[in-house]
Amino acid sequence: MLAHNLSVVAPELVLAVFAMAALMWGAYSRRRDPSSTILWASVAILVLAGLFVGFQPEGARTAFDDSFISDGFARFAKVVILFGAAAALAMSGEYLKRTEMLKFEYPVLIVFSVIGMMTMVSAMDLIVLYMGLELQSLSLYVVAAFRRDSLRSTEAGLKYFVLGALSSGLLLYGASLTYGYSGTTAFAGISQAVGEGPLSLGLIFGLVFLAAGIAFKVSAAPFHMWTPDVYEGSPTPVTAFFATAPKAAAAAMFARLLYDAFGGAVSEWQQILAFLSVASMFLGAVAAIGQRNIKRLMAYSSIGHMGYALMGLAAGTEQGAQALLIYIAIYVTMNVGVFAFILNMQRDGKPVTDIGALGLYSRVEPARAAALAVLLFSLAGVPPLVGFFGKFYVLMAAVDAGLIWLAVAGAVASVIGAFYYLRIVYLMYFGEAAPPLEGAMPAMHWALLGGSALAMVLGVVNLFGVETLAASAAATLVQ
Amino acid sequence: MNSLLSLITFLPLIGAVVLLLFLRGDDEAAAKNAKLLALFTTSATLVLSLFVLVGFDPGDTGFQFLEERPWLGGLNYKMGVDGISVLFVMLTTLLMPIVIGASWHVETRVKEYMIAFLMLETLMLGVFCALDLVLFYIFFEGGLIPMFLIIGIWGGKERIYASFKFFLYTFLGSVLMLVAMIAMYMQAGTTDIPKLMDFAFSSETMSVLGITVVGGAQTLMFLAFFASFAVKMPMWPVHTWLPDAHVQAPTAGSVVLAAILLKMGGYGFLRFSLPMFPVGSEVMQDFIFTLSVIAIVYTSLVAMMQEDMKKLIAYSSVAHMGFVTMGIFALNRQGIDGAIFQMLSHGFISGALFLIVGVIYDRMHTREIAAYGGLVVRMPVFALIFMLFTMGNVGLPGTSGFVGEFLTLAGVYQVNTWVAFFAATGVIFSAGYALWLYRRVVFGDLIKESLKTIRDMSRREKLLFAPLVAFTLLLGVYPAVVLDVIGPSVAALIDHSETALAAQATTLAQN
Repeated sequence: MLAHNLSVVAPELVLAVFAMAALMWGAYSRRRDPSSTILWASVAILVLAGLFVGFQPEGARTAFDDSFISDGFARFAKVVILFGAAAALAMSGEYLKRTEMLKFEYPVLIVFSVIGMMTMVSAMDLIVLYMGLELQSLSLYVVAAFRRDSLRSTEAGLKYFVLGALSSGLLLYGASLTYGYSGTTAFAGISQAVGEGPLSLGLIFGLVFLAAGIAFKVSAAPFHMWTPDVYEGSPTPVTAFFATAPKAAAAAMFARLLYDAFGGAVSEWQQILAFLSVASMFLGAVAAIGQRNIKRLMAYSSIGHMGYALMGLAAGTEQGAQALLIYIAIYVTMNVGVFAFILNMQRDGKPVTDIGALGLYSRVEPARAAALAVLLFSLAGVPPLVGFFGKFYVLMAAVDAGLIWLAVAGAVASVIGAFYYLRIVYLMYFGEAAPPLEGAMPAMHWALLGGSALAMVLGVVNLFGVETLAASAAATLVQ
Repeated sequence: MNSLLSLITFLPLIGAVVLLLFLRGDDEAAAKNAKLLALFTTSATLVLSLFVLVGFDPGDTGFQFLEERPWLGGLNYKMGVDGISVLFVMLTTLLMPIVIGASWHVETRVKEYMIAFLMLETLMLGVFCALDLVLFYIFFEGGLIPMFLIIGIWGGKERIYASFKFFLYTFLGSVLMLVAMIAMYMQAGTTDIPKLMDFAFSSETMSVLGITVVGGAQTLMFLAFFASFAVKMPMWPVHTWLPDAHVQAPTAGSVVLAAILLKMGGYGFLRFSLPMFPVGSEVMQDFIFTLSVIAIVYTSLVAMMQEDMKKLIAYSSVAHMGFVTMGIFALNRQGIDGAIFQMLSHGFISGALFLIVGVIYDRMHTREIAAYGGLVVRMPVFALIFMLFTMGNVGLPGTSGFVGEFLTLAGVYQVNTWVAFFAATGVIFSAGYALWLYRRVVFGDLIKESLKTIRDMSRREKLLFAPLVAFTLLLGVYPAVVLDVIGPSVAALIDHSETALAAQATTLAQN
């Protein structure tokens, strides 16, 4: 029995052992600084774990009395998380070394948070879910404050911690209410309780608090307040990480909780999700217009994009879950590319975050500017780039579920949102010239930026098969 | 030859990729190579498209040169042309070499410029060939990116404002269309355009937010498509992006915009609105007539007051597009034939007029009408060509402009006499602003110092105008070349629409 349990959690287990070993090695190594080695080893093991999870045989396997599941949905989300985290980590090496922030704790913390995320998306029990979430969050609080001599960074870490703790509190309160009114913390049991006729008031309260707590984690409006400050204050590689893997994990966890535990009460949570979705889309679109700081801008952009992802969830159908998965996969890919670019925005060795610095950038670095322009158009959702397909699938799910008003609202918000992406393109191609940014760009960053831009263009052919993978993953979630 | 249409559509893209990957350097030789390669690619596309024209059977009202491949789940990559779209394909392939030729003097970022235009050609051709909703949408929307960059990078002083306005206006219209497309997919279970044409969308009267909607879902979807096509067309009152975009775009950009991009709206009405939402189209007929007449009269008057030549022509384009929408929604043979004819004819005439402005702008670097006068003295050839296209714009018999305007008016007259009456005043107004423009620029005394050394058109410029002159006259004298091709398809379209309306009338009677 134990062997079976352990085999189900094998990827998490390997990562955990690796992280602890790396921690020991880092702490006790006397001779040369092992940080760089640990960082690249972490990248390698994340990629390997991603491949391992990706090539696992089909079918759902559960462990620890059905409190942990490895099914198609979890595997899809884990692959996105692992590759997203690997990419974010890979691009941070160069930057951290340059700014003398490279410490071995950083990759270790990232790996720990990844284990937390993998647990979140596999959780079939509220307690497991909470444990995964906290493991993730605690690691993230620390990395947000990683540049501990910087006021901004420590402020970001503290803010994130206080608000994160509040949201965990909300979530726990919701979980306890749910437990009180259904008598169990297992999703299967909750689902059974939900299925028995109309939802009791206690369960509705539990559901609302759970949703509010998770909305915090995915930074959906109106629980988004921490996002811009944390994005701005954290060191840029950390921001890149925040914008990718944790978002994917939280969104997938949201889907898991709603479909597997509250699947019988779609009509109850549909309104909540639809509201979160509309509020996030519009807030993300409107609030970003005034931003000149590219990190804050990307924060609002991520709020808006989460709104679209939640639109898929709001549909409450299998198609909706599929759309959500496609959306987060595309979203993570785009963000990896954009942050690989942002990491290189520097002048005289100091990071520059003002978008004005990109004035006429296309004259200086035509290839990079073109790659970024492709990503920005893709973020705006202009066909034929892949970003459009993400929006297309969520809109389709929403219309199919009868939420036409939501689809129309999403369409309108995407036009407003297009404005600020376009403004960056405008600055790069026909704005006012700015003092040039530093030229050199590490090969790794180039590969991530160019690769993700190229993926946005070539994906129009068949989306690299993500569509069918997401469809089969969604099918395992919604039964 | 089964993938001929794909080949035509993607050949310019291949040219663009070649330019992007293999052309290095910023010197003059590289610029020259970029121009030559672009010219070669567009010409090759033109030659290939001739095969389509030759192989096209006008008697067959279905889609020809069909291609179909599975694409993303549920969607198909499907291409084909019928009598309505084939001539738009030809218009595009014919105009693109001229557009490239007109850009011969571009000096800033030549390579990027040519790449943008080649990409634009692919996307425009794709719009006219696509037979799948989502595929259509991708081509339709994708055109925004190169056009945004063309206006923004190579445009005039106010280019930033104009490029944003252009992008956001058209994007807003299009995303609403996307929602309607998804709704259609949900109802019909397919995104295949020929199948959707035969699908009867629900037209039961329903109530939305307390407002009774006659024609139900069809009217709502019609409105969503209308939001997109009306902006592209552009119809009054959403036309305001056009003058800004035109004035700020480089000459070639204006030509593409006026001659081809504007036709996408009209094509959309013919391809989607009429066959798929016949009931919605009928419900909205009067509404469209009203907007069209306002466009014709109001923008003609506005055109008269313009001091910038490009703006004047832009407003006159809006007025001429008013004839097109009016003709389409007359829902009869003359009206629709006339509308298509008018679009093609406007493609040649307005394209030529923007080129004419480009000719003198290149020499004097101003588009202000007041800066010119008496050009006939120094530029006789220019004056002659300008005269021809001014007459075409006015709709003088013998030019293609006359046929289009006459047919649309004849079509509308059968449906609504008053609309025809008011629209006919537009013909008079157009004579007013076009002739006045001509008089101010070409006639009068050559008193301005700066104009005394102006040179007449070069051989390259004359060559550019030659095909446009030929087609304007040919279509004016012998319109059957066009009408024979579009006729059967248009007749089938009207049959289809009438059958659908009759079917709906019977169901209403039964209820």
